[in-house]
Amino acid sequence: MKFFLDSLGWTVAWGVVLTWILYNVVKYALQ
Amino acid sequence: MMDFIQLGIGRWLHIAAGVMWIGLLYYFNFVQVPAMAEAAKDGTAGGISKHVAPRALFWFRWAAVVTWLAGAMLLGKNFFNAFFFLNHAFFAIGVGAWLGTVMLFNVWVLIWPNQKKILGMVQATDAEKAKARRVAFLASRTNTLLSIPMLFFMAAAGHQGIFFG
Repeated sequence: MKFFLDSLGWTVAWGVVLTWILYNVVKYALQ
Repeated sequence: MMDFIQLGIGRWLHIAAGVMWIGLLYYFNFVQVPAMAEAAKDGTAGGISKHVAPRALFWFRWAAVVTWLAGAMLLGKNFFNAFFFLNHAFFAIGVGAWLGTVMLFNVWVLIWPNQKKILGMVQATDAEKAKARRVAFLASRTNTLLSIPMLFFMAAAGHQGIFFG
């Protein structure tokens, strides 16, 4: 958890990763 | 006229309140949390806790409520289309709406009750304060993480063809 959220840099990086994952899920669902 | 109230005023209110909510969320994460850590070292954290944090939290938590309510008003009769993914046209905004709803929950259930203990607005032992500090911090960081896809899907929803076409 410390690695995941304690660093602001990692928080933002994981936010971008989550955006990319959700983007692809929605794109797949809309096909 | 009803369209103007719902889609004009509603969208304006949703975006304005959303800017205040997420702006203050970024203030907490990018400015106040690091500043408090520095201030604790030279004994100047008291002023932030007493004068800044309560005001920031006031606008933060109520802006969150106004943002959610204005968003719900904006969805109107399509509220369930968005939240239950019943219509393809509302998939993107549905993801944004769910992320925003989770974030509103974090604000009122995890951040605000714990901040009241941290700032001494309710009685708490030192051990309870330490736990409250950790939970509030993690919920706040989680919201910062979620705000990134939330903003993407909120913005993408108006341009679904460009993003998902």
